[in-house]
Amino acid sequence: MQMKLQVNGREIDVPAAALDKRIVEFLREDLDLTGAKNACDIGACGACTVLVNEEPNRICIKRVKDFGGQRILTIEGLVAPDGTLHPLQQAFVDCGAIQCGYCTPGMVLTAHALLLKNPRPTREQIRHAIFKNLCRCTGYQQIIDAIEQAAPHYPARAPA
Amino acid sequence: MSKSAAKCWRNDAYAKVTGRAKFTDDLKFANVLHAVPVYSEFVHARIVSIDTAAAEQATGVVRVLTARDVPGVNRFGQIIRDYRIFADDKIRYYGDVVAVVVAETREIAIHAAQLVEVNAEALPAVLDPEAAMLPDAPLVHENHGSNIVNTHVVRRGNVEEGFKQADFVIEEDFQTQTIEHAYMETEAAVCVPRSTDGVLEVYGSMQHPFSTRRFVAVCLGVALSEVEVIGTPMGGGFGGKDDTAAVVCARTALAAKLLGRPVKMVYRRDWSMRESYKRHPYRVHYRMGVTKAGAITAVQCRIVADGGAYCSVTPWVTWRSTVQCCGPYVVANVHCDTFGVYTNNVVAGAMRGFGSPQMNFVIEQMVEIAAERVGISGIEFRRRNMVRQGSVTITGQKLDGHKVAMEQALDTVLSEISYEEKLARCAHGQGDDDELYGIGIAMSYRGVSLGAEGVDFCAAIINAQADGSILLEVGVHENGQGAESAMALICAEELGVNLNRIRYRRSSTSNIPDSGTTVASRGTIMGGGAVALAARELKSKIAEAFCAKLGCAPEEVRFKVDGICGKTDGERIGFADAMRQMWQMQRFPFALGTFKAPRVSWDEHTGQGDAYFTWVYGCQAVELTVNRKTGKVKLLHAVAAHDVGRAVNPEMVRGQIYGGMAMSAGYGLHEEVKAHGGKMTTLNLNTYRIPRSMDLPEMKVILIENPDPVSPTGAKSIGEPANEILAPAIANAISNATGRRHFALPIRLGALPEPTMCGEGCK
Ligand code: FES
Ligand code: FES
Repeated sequence: MQMKLQVNGREIDVPAAALDKRIVEFLREDLDLTGAKNACDIGACGACTVLVNEEPNRICIKRVKDFGGQRILTIEGLVAPDGTLHPLQQAFVDCGAIQCGYCTPGMVLTAHALLLKNPRPTREQIRHAIFKNLCRCTGYQQIIDAIEQAAPHYPARAPA
Repeated sequence: MSKSAAKCWRNDAYAKVTGRAKFTDDLKFANVLHAVPVYSEFVHARIVSIDTAAAEQATGVVRVLTARDVPGVNRFGQIIRDYRIFADDKIRYYGDVVAVVVAETREIAIHAAQLVEVNAEALPAVLDPEAAMLPDAPLVHENHGSNIVNTHVVRRGNVEEGFKQADFVIEEDFQTQTIEHAYMETEAAVCVPRSTDGVLEVYGSMQHPFSTRRFVAVCLGVALSEVEVIGTPMGGGFGGKDDTAAVVCARTALAAKLLGRPVKMVYRRDWSMRESYKRHPYRVHYRMGVTKAGAITAVQCRIVADGGAYCSVTPWVTWRSTVQCCGPYVVANVHCDTFGVYTNNVVAGAMRGFGSPQMNFVIEQMVEIAAERVGISGIEFRRRNMVRQGSVTITGQKLDGHKVAMEQALDTVLSEISYEEKLARCAHGQGDDDELYGIGIAMSYRGVSLGAEGVDFCAAIINAQADGSILLEVGVHENGQGAESAMALICAEELGVNLNRIRYRRSSTSNIPDSGTTVASRGTIMGGGAVALAARELKSKIAEAFCAKLGCAPEEVRFKVDGICGKTDGERIGFADAMRQMWQMQRFPFALGTFKAPRVSWDEHTGQGDAYFTWVYGCQAVELTVNRKTGKVKLLHAVAAHDVGRAVNPEMVRGQIYGGMAMSAGYGLHEEVKAHGGKMTTLNLNTYRIPRSMDLPEMKVILIENPDPVSPTGAKSIGEPANEILAPAIANAISNATGRRHFALPIRLGALPEPTMCGEGCK
């Protein structure tokens, strides 16, 4: 039995032997997508966050087989094919939101999910959205600045 | 990219924001083996035997290593050689490693680690540092003869006399907790035996490639030149990736050397927390004499630091606490006794702040308590006692040669946060509102770099190429703080060239001279100093080569707008062109710069001397509310002002301060490593709680720039000053909110009493 998975827009055929693997290891080892980090293994820090159908998902505690047919976006899939940074990534760079960079992939993806859903968040809403992503270096201030700065690049939603 | 194109420039930002940066665990090597550590369930025990047979027989296990397998020296330490690569005679704490299992996969190794059997005779554990100092206490290290690792003193003036002059004597006991660095990346190492020449390549998460190289070489019994530690992006250090990280590298290197294959060891979070050294918990007894006029006449204090099972850098950490035991205040009569103590608790070592966060928690509350007794404001009390230009510190050092900016930092914060006005609104436990408002402040000064703690010099190499591109390498390490970027900015500025000419060379201990470890906030001042000196030497070589052509004396050659020119801007040679011509002239545009810290002095018997070659000054304030029913503290707003000498990369400097404040907020309110009978129970990030985005307030940072004449670039330091005063500011704010003082960290508040009926005479 094999399974299909969409990763960064690419269809992946998952071999049966990999179904029981932790998905974070599958991405990091089998697909060489090492942007997602393993920092706690228990779902407590957010360093392994990827987007699954545009929702942030902490994948260190999950298996490959839990994701059949789902769309996964890792940090490697956010940059344009020619290497141009996504406006959100550019904002992280410009605002000094990156220090050691270990939390950065998970943080950027969590922020991306927020801005897709709510492109004009308040700072309080941003704080709330990244609540589960730990960063030991920055005190979050410049991360929040960056997310705020990137927001105008996301299309505003038509009022319901 | 030009420096002004963005608010902030980092050479590694692109790689980090795209996930392309390769941290240690991201590196892949063919044929790699995996190693994991083995612990025991003992806290203090004499080892009888370690049985590795069952583990070794498990399928996929290649080898199990213990102390017996160490060909070189099993014991190391920067000060006392008491730390073991593998526990040999005894187990001294819960995080002692008895063996390492090496296997084809990590899962196999983890599984087999449970099969290692440790036979040992349990010994009584000594877990209380005061009890450890008693004559009949069980000894952690028998051959040390006592559990006292080290002592320091300050003897200044005459404290008896000083207390006689006092109108009030305030006496309090304080206690601080053990905390964890909680770098997001755990310890990790990969070692690769190079088949061509037998050199062992070491990639790892550590902040001190040179001491790692030393430990690896000594452990393996090989020459320093046979080990090459290669710079690898590091997911946070905060002082914590010194000894433990080096040992992880040494064990990995041992396995790679013995087995002739690449070996990777990546720590699981619980191993990291269990084994890695922590910030020292302190107990401080403090007596302060003050006059009715608000002058401090004397301080007597006794400081006991629990260093845990091994010495690590306890003598240096406690030395800083001793030198700075009165904070930024002038006190004529001081008697301080400091003890670093061995116990069977987790090892304590370097952590951002390095002995100052504990003392500032004490001092910045003591001055508020004293002010209250005298009947003046805490601010006024500080003004009457703080260091100013030309003041003499408690160790007899005259503060001159740089701007003493204590009052400037204080005033900056006071006006930014409207302190006086808000102070009047503090609840002091009174009022009908369930949310009790408080504001608090704290300030400090801090000696820069290592001071009399150790050898302090640093190298930089600038190697310009024939096409005008420039390779830069500096003996400081990229800890995630942006050191490489700061070095590149300094280099570009000194040479007057475009920043995009400069490529920071991936560092290797086989290339740049040993420049010590990147700790003590010394990266910018020492590394930047070396870069500036190298650039100046390079400029004089270039000037010599071109002065005739430019029709001026060598000293008259100017370096600007990406080129060189003589007395007028007319005769200009572009930088790339100049480098090409130098190649043809057979002159190397290459320079090695060495910056040596200016002289410091110290007398261990009197605790007097010029402890540090320069100082920085900082002040932080915070507003908060305390919920009367739940005791929950909500931080509302925080402000910081720090004199950094010169901000080389301002947005990065701000980042250091925000991050330092966040960590200090965690120290004040949340963080605590807990143990039961010496066995740690906070082993992951769910039980060890570091600040999250919702725990922190909006922060405002103001950079004060008074370029320091002893620093070649004018820049000083910021990593640690930022991390040492928010906790006491929070303590002061909580006191102003609730009317109650807290003498232990972290501050835990339960429900508060109902407000008293406020009659006359009640403030
Ligand atoms: S590694 Fe997945 S949440 Fe920490
Ligand atoms: S930048 Fe280091 S953990 Fe966030």
